[in-house]
Amino acid sequence: MSQSLYPYRSTQIASRKLGGEMMIMSASDSTLFTLNETATILWEAADGSASLEEIVAAKIFPQFDVEYEKALDDTETLAQQLASHGILFLASEPKGPGRACSGERVNQ
Amino acid sequence: MANLIAPAARSQTVIRIGALSVCITADDPDFLKMLNSRYTGFVSCSISGDFHFDVELAPPGFGDPGDDVRLTNRSGSWTLQRGDFRADWNPVSRTGTIQLSPNPYSIDALLRILHTLTLAAQGGFLLHAASAIRNGKAFLFTGASGAGKTTIASLAPGDATLLSDEISYIRERNDGYFACGTPFAGELRKLGENVSAPLAAVYVLAKGPENRVDSLSATEAARALLSNLLFFAEDRELVDAVFHAACEFVTRVPVFRLTFFPDLRVWELIR
Repeated sequence: MSQSLYPYRSTQIASRKLGGEMMIMSASDSTLFTLNETATILWEAADGSASLEEIVAAKIFPQFDVEYEKALDDTETLAQQLASHGILFLASEPKGPGRACSGERVNQ
Repeated sequence: MANLIAPAARSQTVIRIGALSVCITADDPDFLKMLNSRYTGFVSCSISGDFHFDVELAPPGFGDPGDDVRLTNRSGSWTLQRGDFRADWNPVSRTGTIQLSPNPYSIDALLRILHTLTLAAQGGFLLHAASAIRNGKAFLFTGASGAGKTTIASLAPGDATLLSDEISYIRERNDGYFACGTPFAGELRKLGENVSAPLAAVYVLAKGPENRVDSLSATEAARALLSNLLFFAEDRELVDAVFHAACEFVTRVPVFRLTFFPDLRVWELIR
């Protein structure tokens, strides 16, 4: 990954954690998503202030028996998948709290 | 010269489903007679409702009931539109106007939307489900078309009270969730009883070679529920309200998968 990406959640969704899994519903088309444990960690950390590298180092790498590079690759793939559904955005620079907006999408 | 032709007297009827009564005023007595007949058991003797609508009847063939429902919310006021009706409704003033074809399907659809919007703000919802009361407890049987809602309703024992074979009504109260009867009938063509009871369980229907009950995880339950909710809008606040109502519901009411072979024994598993 050549450039740091800062994931942040769309505001056009509703989400709730149920039994350790995150459920998300898109407000635009009512599509439902259920995130697994890793994706839920990424989702909860995706507030726009931390890069994918920082999230992996702090939240994901310590919890799973996997090499850091592999964890980072998998997390970036996961982030791109969520971004392709329009429920997560990836910015090229940090975003302060409350600055996330529904239409901005730097990289997918 | 004074106008000797007095305007036609407008009459009204009040339809009460769940905890919500809707007063409908119209010029045409035949239309109101049709409503009183269509909603037998749900017509209130009250002279006022929680919401008041003035109905203007459109000529037959006014529009296509097969069109998609469109809901728009502008500054808190809703416009509910389909080929065969248009309603403008202000939830704050609790009043609205309706233009629709004089047929029961149009008013049915409008009432379902109105109840969906109102229940969403109160933690409740309408669900594609059969429902019945037995031994003082309500049970819901949900599933897509063909899953067996009508079958399970038709197999209900004689001591069960049918609330609906098609569209079930769930209210949240301080003391839990309640299922209420509805006049929204499916293939049984039979209105539900206008009664309610505390909700004991929801069963997600699946047909199979034997009768069995399996637990569902919270996310499986929420997904099944959300797939079968009556849900009409892309409105952000409504999506949020309905989503959270369903998620909250599955944390408080047991939801099971009911695989069943269509004979009377399936009801032995419902408790």
